[in-house]
Amino acid sequence: MEHNKEQMMVAALENGSVIDHIPTDKLWTIAQLLNLDKCPEEVVIANNLESKVMTRKGLIKISGKFFSEEEISKLAVVCPNIRLTVIRNYEVTEKRQINLSDTIINIVKCANPVCITNNEPMKTYFNVKDLTTLKCRYCGKEQSLDSIKLK
Amino acid sequence: MENRSVVSIADYSKEKIQYLLDMATEFEARPNRRLLEGKVVATLFFEPSTRTRLSFETAANRLGARVIGFSDPKATSSSKGETLKDTIKMVSNYADVIVMRHYLEGAAQYASEVTNVPIINAGDGANLHPSQTMLDLYSIYKTQGTLYNLNIYMVGDLKYGRTVHSLLMSMRKYNPTFHFIAPKELEMPEEYKIYCKQNNINYIEQQDFTEDTIADADIIYMTRVQRERFSDLMEYERVKDAYILKADMLGKCRDNMKILHPLPRVNEIEYDVDESKHAYYFEQAQNGLYAREALICDVLGITLDDIKNDKNIK
Ligand SMILES: [Zn+2]
Repeated sequence: MEHNKEQMMVAALENGSVIDHIPTDKLWTIAQLLNLDKCPEEVVIANNLESKVMTRKGLIKISGKFFSEEEISKLAVVCPNIRLTVIRNYEVTEKRQINLSDTIINIVKCANPVCITNNEPMKTYFNVKDLTTLKCRYCGKEQSLDSIKLK
Repeated sequence: MENRSVVSIADYSKEKIQYLLDMATEFEARPNRRLLEGKVVATLFFEPSTRTRLSFETAANRLGARVIGFSDPKATSSSKGETLKDTIKMVSNYADVIVMRHYLEGAAQYASEVTNVPIINAGDGANLHPSQTMLDLYSIYKTQGTLYNLNIYMVGDLKYGRTVHSLLMSMRKYNPTFHFIAPKELEMPEEYKIYCKQNNINYIEQQDFTEDTIADADIIYMTRVQRERFSDLMEYERVKDAYILKADMLGKCRDNMKILHPLPRVNEIEYDVDESKHAYYFEQAQNGLYAREALICDVLGITLDDIKNDKNIK
């Protein structure tokens, strides 16, 4: 049943992107990150769907939307391991797992209030350590990936 | 041109450290030079630090450079909301090297990214202070004849003491044994103990500071125990006198042992220690001049050979 329902939701898209395997508690963060409240296109947001790989999941479908690499790396920071599907002319043209890159530029805010990045109009820059920790290039302070604030 | 800024020396190789120590040795033998004649050194102190500024400005002057800059950020347009980037860009039009002290962490790294003029970090908040570390290394090297296999005792505030953290990291390649002597509330932070473990650095933690516990030290590095660092003032009252070095504690110590302190001191080294042959903190401060002459020359591309072959010594 679940399979069919999902297929139906994805198949209905002519051109656009589907973000799948979103942890249920991250769905609204992602929606906010993508400014979906201001999106003029057709948007489907679903949560608590049954899933084979996770207990429950969220899914977002946006018509006419193709993500830039910058947007994708932003998504990866908020929730690693989501799946992105790109659809053109009703056909899946790309399906990929989104992974965290080694460096995260201008997406995350440094948690250190006396870091130069919080006091100067400039880009933030973090190195990713062991896929769990971000280290600020400027102040050297580390923060855990699951407690980050976006810029 | 590659950027030769000194933001941190934590990642310098042993060869590079030795090279700078050799430069400092040359400057100690002959501090007054004309190597920087015609050059302009800017000292930008966004946070006042008279001691560090005077040391850098003296270093620049003794090398024959001219010095511009400010010692009080209230006098500059950064207090009118000018960004650090704009200030650095503006000064880059005038100076050959910028010595910079800032209250924000990471400011020196950022400054080095927005200009081609080399930046020397003279302290960025609680983060780094490489010229202090360099003068500490030089003081240890000079008094012990080596940086290798030393027993280094760090005493007092090991939690907030930026200088002890930097020293700890820059000694990692020289097989030191550290003793961390501090009250519970100011003990060495976990991240530095992890750092020691990851780098196979031996360390021993203790709270007792007595004649017996310091008998095996080659270096005793004292720091200030400040009242405002304590959340529990009862605790401060209890420990404030436990980390004071007194002359009568030096009876059993090694002949070569030297006492270092980043200065200014408050009461953590009693004045009667000053007369001891182990007291080294004033010479240590003077070594800052030679270490800073070395750093300024290095960022300007003046080599050890240039300094050794300098025919123009005043
Ligand atoms: Zn930072």
